[in-house]
Amino acid sequence: MQLTLEFGGGLELLCDSKKIHNVNVEFEQQNGEDKLTMKGLLSWVRTNLIKERPEMFMKGDTVRPGVLVLVNDCDWELSGQLNTSLEEKDVVVFISTLHGG
Amino acid sequence: MEGKRSVRMCCLCNERRASLSRPKTLEQICRECFYLAFEDEIHQIIVSNRLFIRGDRVAIGASGGKDSTVLAYVLSKLNRIHDYGLHLFLLSVDEGITGYRDDSLETVHRNQIQYGLPLKVVSYKDLYGWTMDEIVKLIGLKNNCTFCGVFRRQALDRGAAFLKADKLVTGHNADDIAETVLLNILRGDIARLSRCSSIITAEDGPIPRCKPFKYTYEKEIVMYAYFKKFDYFSTECIYSPNAYRGFAREFIKDLERIRPRAILDVIKSGENFRISTTTKMPEQGTCERCGYISSQKWCKACVLLDGLNRGLPKLGIGRSRVAIGCKEENESHGGKSIESKQCGSLDF
Repeated sequence: MQLTLEFGGGLELLCDSKKIHNVNVEFEQQNGEDKLTMKGLLSWVRTNLIKERPEMFMKGDTVRPGVLVLVNDCDWELSGQLNTSLEEKDVVVFISTLHGG
Repeated sequence: MEGKRSVRMCCLCNERRASLSRPKTLEQICRECFYLAFEDEIHQIIVSNRLFIRGDRVAIGASGGKDSTVLAYVLSKLNRIHDYGLHLFLLSVDEGITGYRDDSLETVHRNQIQYGLPLKVVSYKDLYGWTMDEIVKLIGLKNNCTFCGVFRRQALDRGAAFLKADKLVTGHNADDIAETVLLNILRGDIARLSRCSSIITAEDGPIPRCKPFKYTYEKEIVMYAYFKKFDYFSTECIYSPNAYRGFAREFIKDLERIRPRAILDVIKSGENFRISTTTKMPEQGTCERCGYISSQKWCKACVLLDGLNRGLPKLGIGRSRVAIGCKEENESHGGKSIESKQCGSLDF
């Protein structure tokens, strides 16, 4: 699935200082579902894009508290957080709030 | 939620797609309603707490980060549309941290142009003769924030005095204040606890300081800045990883995840603290060396500076809180009870 991922608020430093990543995510079918969810995407990102200090990005199965997630410019809290299903060409933005203001 | 993604409508206007969930109220609202709610809430806080009077010269502590950028924008906007009649300035502090402050100052210079506000920069080098880089080289990577925080406080006052400001505003948000309440409880610092949750503090320095974002969630500030495409600087200070505040922050963030209102509730608890009349509180006087506000003979900045200049970087840091000129005491006297300790002297 083709997706555009953006990292902001300092998270880009964990992915080679690159803010925007156009990626093709290959995923396995789980439980007969052929949809990729945010849960699957996070796991993919941790393995493939995060080059250092993964604890700054994720805590357990989900993002570290203090990291905001937007799917197509909408807060993922509206679409079920980890259960949010993703579609082709979606734009997912991760913004860290954990820095001085 | 399996199947086709459902589109939620804004619960306030019901006309547009909801873009975010407000942590304070759990409302699902669209961008436009969010902007209005956000700005209007700040306006109500300013008015109901009587933060400003017409004609006030107000210095905005601007670091180039998310909070101060949004603060400068919103304050200018509200000043215009509600005609507060304020004269606004940007005030920035250059601590001399290479690779951190020099970049964020560039952002402030851009803000100066974007918002059309005059800018004043004060530097540690000019005020104290030391940059943070030089200080850290001397003291190592522990207790950096103690030096920087103390120096910054005075630097802001000096800058505000230069601008002949009547008030100083900073972008401290609800998350910051909740962290500070926790920190002060963990340290047993009752004097600070009673001051830190006020929205306007006049006792901390010559110029009253206000925090219009006191009840504003960090998440909303970031979302506001993101949707409006603000230009802000967002990196952790390179010397901060060992700061104790980091632990308080982790805890507050974990709390927020479980119950977002917890942040406002922690602040409320901080506000509601009542101190027993038998507790000894520090009295406010002035520093003998520089005349700044102080509860001890010398203000903290003078103590720290003295230590740096004499090559005794541990002076003023850590366990013993003794007057200048005395030998360092070992605090492990048996039999001293908690009540007899002067407040603010419990260390970890």
